[in-house]
Amino acid sequence: MAHQRAVHDMGGLEAGSVDAAGHDHAPWEKKIDAIRNLLSQQNYFGVDELRRAIEALGPGVYDDLSYYERWTAAVTRLLQEKGVITTDELGRMMALVEREWQEARKS
Amino acid sequence: MTSQFGEGDSVQVRLAFPPGHIRTPFYARGKPGVVESYVGNFSNPEELAFGHKDGAKLPLYRVRFRQLDLWPDYQGPEHDSAVLDLYEHWLEPLRAKS
Repeated sequence: MAHQRAVHDMGGLEAGSVDAAGHDHAPWEKKIDAIRNLLSQQNYFGVDELRRAIEALGPGVYDDLSYYERWTAAVTRLLQEKGVITTDELGRMMALVEREWQEARKS
Repeated sequence: MTSQFGEGDSVQVRLAFPPGHIRTPFYARGKPGVVESYVGNFSNPEELAFGHKDGAKLPLYRVRFRQLDLWPDYQGPEHDSAVLDLYEHWLEPLRAKS
């Protein structure tokens, strides 16, 4: 029987080279870091829950997203699970932000 | 909860593959090792991962493994080893090889 290895649990697998060069973080990356910190301080969820939600992204999505994109997806999922935001609120806000962004690009 | 294992005990990591948030690395499952030390009792991250904060604190151990046992194709010296932090429910007494 083939056992399912979780996507993040990659010890011993070929992974290519590691880019150890330092790099700056984009403003949105600092923002999601701060939001995650604040939510944990307010006891909405802990680091184990964040990791569980990141690992549950699954192969493909997990591999395609950057580090803080994974955080953003996982934080969103946890806030939905805990009823802090509704899926409808999220969908409307995402549409609004996208509309504003498109208009800002035009002007 | 009192700790079941002590320093120097030969143990084996349980061969189990539950879904969820697991801190026991895939590569160590089913592998033999020796308890280096008992670290203390800590909340189970497998349950914390689902927001269950009220569970019992479980014994955590540092367990030393021979690299040769962890990696079948290991090329380094026989005495090379690695130490992993593992919770008691992932360990069982080492069974004698039949």
